[in-house]
Order: sequence, then structure tokens, then C-alpha cells
Amino acid sequence: MTDDAIKLPLDALHRELGGKMVPFAGHSMPVQYPMGVMAEHLHTREKAGLFDVSHMGQMVIRGEGRAEALERLLPIDVQGLKEGRQRYGLLMLAGGGVADDLMVANRGDHLLMVVNGAMKCLDLEIVQAGMPDHDVTLLEDRALLALQGPSAEAVLSALVPGAAAMRFMDVATLDWDGTELWVSRSGYTGEDGYEISVPLSRAEAFARALLAHDDVAPIGLGARDSLRLEAGMPLYGQDLTAETSPVEAGLGWAIQKVRRTGGAREGGFPGAETVLAQLADGPARKRVGLRPEGRAPMRLGVTLYATEDAADPVGTVTSGGFGPSVGAPVAMGYVPADCTSGATLYGDVRGRRLPVTVTDLPFHTPRYKR
Amino acid sequence: MKFTEEHEWLDPADGVITVGITEHAATQLGDIVFIELPEVGREVTKGEEIVVIESVKAASDITAPLDGEITEVNEALAENPGLVNEDAEAAWFFRMTTTTPEEMDDMMDEDAYKEFIE
Repeated sequence: MTDDAIKLPLDALHRELGGKMVPFAGHSMPVQYPMGVMAEHLHTREKAGLFDVSHMGQMVIRGEGRAEALERLLPIDVQGLKEGRQRYGLLMLAGGGVADDLMVANRGDHLLMVVNGAMKCLDLEIVQAGMPDHDVTLLEDRALLALQGPSAEAVLSALVPGAAAMRFMDVATLDWDGTELWVSRSGYTGEDGYEISVPLSRAEAFARALLAHDDVAPIGLGARDSLRLEAGMPLYGQDLTAETSPVEAGLGWAIQKVRRTGGAREGGFPGAETVLAQLADGPARKRVGLRPEGRAPMRLGVTLYATEDAADPVGTVTSGGFGPSVGAPVAMGYVPADCTSGATLYGDVRGRRLPVTVTDLPFHTPRYKR
Repeated sequence: MKFTEEHEWLDPADGVITVGITEHAATQLGDIVFIELPEVGREVTKGEEIVVIESVKAASDITAPLDGEITEVNEALAENPGLVNEDAEAAWFFRMTTTTPEEMDDMMDEDAYKEFIE
């Protein structure tokens, strides 16, 4: 481990719980606990998992006209986002690529954006440069925890009764034992659950209170990755990059009508020309699900071919591994747009071309409380 | 029983050596989801990568511990790779004959291996 890896606020608790710490996104983070990745994954789908995602950036935006100004950076409807609601967004680059993917919440007197840990410093520069008249800061005094799984509602509402009434993508400020929690009903697993911002001084006590419930187990990065992969969610830096557009990535749904061609606030974000053209005409390539036919996982970087002996590749795997809930290897990657679901491609695994079926995403149907 | 620095165990009996990975290695790898075994009859050279193991975390290799020939593989592992996590000492990978049995004399015994992994 590198010495300059930043310790999470719950570092001591992770070590006490037997977490195997690895460097990730500049932070020292638990990749797994003694339960192991497979069991942690299945536990989250069956009961509830607690994730420390404090490495992620919590960006607060204040000032008059902030929603309108933020729409200059994101291709989504921010102005129409009601107080107490959150939606998925993309920080755009001039070429139509994506600088980061994020959640933006309307918390009344400010907007809260939750951004990827590895990108938060660059994101801050982009947002501050794009919104020079607004107050944009990354919080340094709050941890971020995620409680995910079918038991999440019962577990959290036992501590914080207001949590039960929230619907998917609601955000609220709730009191726990005199501590102000910023709660959203959302996550990165394909399960019902919450993401909870808690002041640093109370983060460990709150985590321990959640872990005290029989249904809750601590979950590491390994299972976080397999859970989101099964849920078909892109990982920034692999499935979504500065070189992929939202339309190619299958995230066109995140761009509301009002920002599309013919909408009242059409375009007006970096890369709009490219993105709107792709929405109209279709992209040349697209992100799809991939099911290797054998047992061998196909991971990031596996090259895809149309046939067993074709010379030139047609695509590449951007995320892949074993899907514990699927019980088989699963992957996602980019293929030509005319490649239909059910088509067979061949992935180069250690010099051998192994068949893989193109599928729709997700592999695991989300169970949100809408 | 002999052990290599690549965390393999070797169990020689009647001129045939049974090879697997140690419990320590299995724990480090995490949940194993895929194992690719060599073909029976394959001539192997010491250090050659002959088995692929994929865990939920990553892919890794097992190398041939000695020069020789693969005489048998444990097909049960291809069907159920998790057997290695359940009992690494019982879940053998392959059996081989070797032209250099004397090299086993220099390998670690159980006590030396325990010291090695500490």
C-alpha cells in the first residue's frame, strides 16, 4: 500500500472488522472483509450491506440561479428538479465525452452533487470554472455511507423513522440522536437502499449502530463492483470515460426532453452538438451486456471479435467478472450499434477466442421502492 | 508433503506427484470461480504457466513445479472451482510424473512453508 493513500474516516473500524485494505481512488479502502466477496455480494441482495463510500466527493453548490448555471455543465433538467429529489447526471466535456457521472440533489437552499472519488478534485475545478458566480465546495466534514439491500428500510427506519416514507431518489435531512443525516434513497447495487451523509464526528457511532442489526454486514469494494456490474451500472473510468458519450454509454435516458433537440432548454452544455446528433441519428457504438458462454470471466480489456478468426476487433470489454447472483460470468462492453441482443461475439481470453452472447442490461433487475 | 514459493503443495507417492494450492493461497485468492486445467499428457517445464485460476478478484496462474508430464487432472474442479476454497488440501489440481524428482529435496517442508508465509 502506498503511504500517501488517504485514510477513510472509518479506517479503524474497517481494520477492526477484518477489512483487507487496498489503495483505490487515492484512498485506503476495504476490498473485502472476512466474509469474502461472494458472500458479501449475496448478503447484500438477501439482507443488507453497509458500504463506506466516504472517498466520494460531496459537492455543495450555493447561490442564486444555481440550477440554471449548472445546466451549462450537465445535459439534464436541473431546474425541474424539485426540492427533496435527486437525479442522475453527467459532467460533460466539450467533445461530448463525460468528465464524471454523479448524483445531483435539490436540498432546498443548495444543490448537493455526489461525485466519484478519483474525479472529485478535477470535477471541482470544472464546476468552479463553469460557475464562477457561485459558491462551490467539496465537503470535508462529512462521511458517506451506503446501506443497501431488502432489509435496509427496516434497519434504517428503526434508527431514523423518517427513512421509511422516502421513495426512490428522494432526499431528506433526518435526525439521528441529535445528528443531522443527509439521506437519499438510492445506491449503486440494484437494491433498495440509502446513501447517508453523516458528520465525521458521528460517522463511526452511526456505522456501529447500523452494524448492530443482525441483518447488516460490512461490504467491501469487491462486492460493490460485482453488485453494480450485475445491476448494469457503469463504472466511471472503465465503462464511461472522457472518450465515451452518454448516448454511446446507453445513458440517453438521463437527458430529459427539455434538454434535447426541440426542448425548451435544448443543448447548452459542453459537447451538446455531438450528443444531440447521436440522440437523433444513433451512435456508432453502444454499451451492452455480455454473457460469456463458458465459465471463464471476461474482464476489462478483453478484445471482442465478430468471428473466431476475424483479424480486426469490433469491440472491447470495459467491465467483467463473476456475477454471484447470476451464478455465471457477466461483463459489459462496447460493440457496434448494429450488434443486436442475442448475437454471438468472441472474446480473446489468454489467446483463445471464446464465445460471448450480447445481452440487454441489467443482469439483475433492480428492486427499488418507487 | 512439499511446498513451493508459488504456494503449491506436492504430495509424491509411487512416482506420481499430486499438486494443489495451499490454504493460504486459496484464502489470498478469495472465492475461486473458474479453473482451467492442463491437458493430460502435456509435457511441462518447471515454471511454465499450466493452470489458470480466476477468483472474484482477479486471474492468476499456477506454474509447473517440476519438469515432467501431466498424468491426470481433477475434473471436479472445472465443474466446481469453489472446492478449493472449501478444502485446499483435498482439492488437488493435477498429477504429474517428473524427470527431476531430486529437486523436491530442496523444496520447503510444512514447517518451513509456515515460516515462509508469516
